[in-house]
Amino acid sequence: MLFDALLLQLGYNATLVAIGATLLGVSAGITGTFLFLRKRALVSDAVSHATLPGVGIAFLVMVALGGDGRNLAGLLLGSAVSAGIGLWCLNWLTRNTRLAEDAAIGAVLSVFFGFGIVILTVIQTLGVGRQAGLEGFLLGSTAGMLWNDALVIAGGGAAALLLIVLMRRPMTMVAFDPEYAAARGISVSRIDMAMMGLVMAVTVVGLKIVGLILIVALLIIPAVTARFWTERSDLVVLLAGVAGGVAAYVGAALSASAPNLPTGPIIVLVSFALFALSLLFAPNRGVLAAVLRHIRFQRQVHLRQGLLAVAQEQLIYEPLTLRLLRRHGLLRADGVPTEKGRARAAKALRDEHRWALVRSDQSHEAAAAMYDGLRDIETVLTADQIREIDTLIGGPKEVSA
Amino acid sequence: MTLELARENGIPTATDGTAALKQSPFAIRGLTVSYGEKPAVFSVDMTVEAGKMTAIIGPNGAGKSTLLKAALGVVPPVSGRVQVFGKPLDTQRARIAYVPQRASVDWDFPTRVIDVVIMGLYRELGLLGRITGRHKAAARDCLERVGMADFADRQIGQLSGGQQQRVFLARALAQGADLYLLDEPFAGVDAATEKAIIAVLKQLRAEGKTVVVVHHDLATVTDYFDNVFLINTRKVAEGPVSEAFTADTLQAAYGGRLATAQVDQLGVAPVLGGAY
Amino acid sequence: MSGSEFVPLSLTPLLIGVFAAVACALPGNFLLLRRQALIGDAISHVVLPGIVVAFLLTGVIAAGPMMFGAAGAAVVAVVLIELIRRLGRIEPGAAMGVVFTTMFAGGVLLLEQTDTSSVHLDVEHALYGNLESLIWLDATGWASLVDPVALSYLPPELSRMALTLLGVLVFVTLFWRPLKISTFDEGFARTLGIRTNMLGLALVITAAIAAVAAFDAVGSIIVIAMFICPPAAARMMSNRLEGQVGWSVVFAVVSAVMGYVLAGYGPLWLGASDAVSAAGMIATVSGVLLAVAARFGPCRLRSGAPAGV
Repeated sequence: MLFDALLLQLGYNATLVAIGATLLGVSAGITGTFLFLRKRALVSDAVSHATLPGVGIAFLVMVALGGDGRNLAGLLLGSAVSAGIGLWCLNWLTRNTRLAEDAAIGAVLSVFFGFGIVILTVIQTLGVGRQAGLEGFLLGSTAGMLWNDALVIAGGGAAALLLIVLMRRPMTMVAFDPEYAAARGISVSRIDMAMMGLVMAVTVVGLKIVGLILIVALLIIPAVTARFWTERSDLVVLLAGVAGGVAAYVGAALSASAPNLPTGPIIVLVSFALFALSLLFAPNRGVLAAVLRHIRFQRQVHLRQGLLAVAQEQLIYEPLTLRLLRRHGLLRADGVPTEKGRARAAKALRDEHRWALVRSDQSHEAAAAMYDGLRDIETVLTADQIREIDTLIGGPKEVSA
Repeated sequence: MTLELARENGIPTATDGTAALKQSPFAIRGLTVSYGEKPAVFSVDMTVEAGKMTAIIGPNGAGKSTLLKAALGVVPPVSGRVQVFGKPLDTQRARIAYVPQRASVDWDFPTRVIDVVIMGLYRELGLLGRITGRHKAAARDCLERVGMADFADRQIGQLSGGQQQRVFLARALAQGADLYLLDEPFAGVDAATEKAIIAVLKQLRAEGKTVVVVHHDLATVTDYFDNVFLINTRKVAEGPVSEAFTADTLQAAYGGRLATAQVDQLGVAPVLGGAY
Repeated sequence: MSGSEFVPLSLTPLLIGVFAAVACALPGNFLLLRRQALIGDAISHVVLPGIVVAFLLTGVIAAGPMMFGAAGAAVVAVVLIELIRRLGRIEPGAAMGVVFTTMFAGGVLLLEQTDTSSVHLDVEHALYGNLESLIWLDATGWASLVDPVALSYLPPELSRMALTLLGVLVFVTLFWRPLKISTFDEGFARTLGIRTNMLGLALVITAAIAAVAAFDAVGSIIVIAMFICPPAAARMMSNRLEGQVGWSVVFAVVSAVMGYVLAGYGPLWLGASDAVSAAGMIATVSGVLLAVAARFGPCRLRSGAPAGV
């Protein structure tokens, strides 16, 4: 069943949902990356919650004009308008008052959403009815997706992608270093507006499939996932699109393959799974890699400090240092250094003196910058240079037995 | 960070022997602090002399602030131990006053100058003690000492950099500590503030308190301080200004980035030769 | 309106609304100053999976297990957010976004999977509550306030909310000083020996408990409004922490009362017959108050550079 779903063999509705979801996942992943790089990830939460009053008001307007209140294009237009107003309020609050951005986000989010709920209950009482269709915008409702709906979503998603491709360079530059971008003549505020416009477009498009509460997940999680795999911002953008698309496709397929698996939540959970795997196992930034690196680093520090202490005949207190020295055969069980230990210790002390000389000499400035307390001087200077230094500080001596 | 001195000998100090160590208001052994895998401070030992003013100096990014912060437990170290007046840090907190860098604080916070100084009395007041007239008077006294008595009711965000620094110092004075640790108190302040602050610090020294300052201005070291501690990730030198603040130690700490003319201007004693 | 209408139908919802608003606004002041305002956002989204899990484990819709479930979910969320923030070196907003959306999605999924035909546990209720239904039918008028029989039929949400408010008041009063000092200057607080990490966690947990208790009355999303809008509006009315907290209580009470009244009677005044969502109206009113304060508040402009700028 799952295989059939993955191969789009499960029928018209399922295929529509899968394609729409994938387009949504890719564009949300990419758009969200710019927000994430600008450290404004939760602005998407405010934008998505601010769509609710617009949906309700659009419904009322369309009904008042005699039409079917649930025309998707109309509802999405309404949602875009109120999201735009929400964004404007957010910017106004941040710029003109002492409130920080997170407070402005929370305020816009909750107030607009609360107002939207009021309108929903108004619709309820008017009995114009079937506002269950509107409540579907909260969590998404993919059952019985119409061809027109799918067209709207696909069209919106594709348009967003096109805009992203066209503007990816200035957007990446602004996300990475806005001051530099401004110095290059890029209008940072215009690009920011375009970015927010894209966020709004993606949000609005995603309302039908995953609903306003979960669209935030699609904007944030793929971007964070991608961040673990690379340090280059253009690659983060690409990988986020991939992560979003894959999660959306697999999620939609999973959801179609069994009953009682609502599309929106499943997509979010799949993207979280990708995130968790990346958090733990990504080669550089992943947790496993970091833990291993830290343990190694701690060992090196303690070993080095221990050797220097031995060379200077100082007392060693830290149990970890003693353990490591013993394990490497540099210290005997009774705390007396072995021959190997004394040799290594002398070398360590000599290296410290060499480094001290290097760091005080301007002609070795580049080498001096590489000093981190652990580095072997042989990796930074040539044998000739080291010999030269040794003549200044006196050559290496035999370690007495 | 607990510690017990297992043996009397074998612990080197900058001045002499273990008596100094036990009396030292602030002693650090083997402190290493890193951000990620880059050590900011590596295996540093420090013994501060009681009743003197000590400057911690070194190039930018040399770990001066990090040294203080790690020693006080504000950031976690990779290794190392700290003794305050011969005892573990946590038991002696009442005797330490720390004046952080101004940039680390939210100056938009809704509080007045006098309230900030009263924060220094927290140890006395505890969770629920009432702030009486006595406390307010004590706070005003401290503000008086730094020349900020007229600003007591001002909101802190309305102050200039120098004024903010003086308020921080007043807060430290309110703590009635024996050891004062200040992080770049003269950075970005006007000349009048600098004079006021150094006057207060010298007063503290006259009262027998110990003052340690992370300092950025080499030109004033010989005028203001008794001892120096030079650091550039590792300790470079430690001791009285006349011995430890020399052309050679400065070269070693600043990696030859100080031109000879600059060093001459500092009026330091050149040390002839140099043994390693 | 007479006592015989007001007391049974409006008194208890009003009181519950007011208690909930104030219980959230109080810790919200500190969350705001610590730039942690959106923890409220995170907590209110994870309340849903908390109560679903509690329902799954106990099989009943009862207040006790639900509160525990919600509180447990809040703690799990906070821990996960902190973990992801540190381990992944991710900025706090994104870490929050990852955790609470996933937990919320999990909650919705669980809800769909379980057989809820026998009990009514719908997402919409969790989102915006049902304040209007917390009425005191056994009251007959003002006299019922001293009638022990009638008092025994008070809606349990009232005493729960009152107790929670009391707990929040105790916490804020007891830890006023360390909260103030550590929010203003964390490094200094640490050197005084204040356990700033524990205190921060305690603050968030207190906020979570307030959110969980209020959730029954006003639903989870509206709780965010109460965490943020009254303190934010108050921030612009005063330059002293004491003043800010005082104003936030005033604004919280006004939002709750006006919101409830407008939701219940507004439509009537406009000629319609049914009430609209009280919770939504409370949030809207708090937003209007914030807008007015933002435009006209005496202390609305920044006076100093915030930390990190």
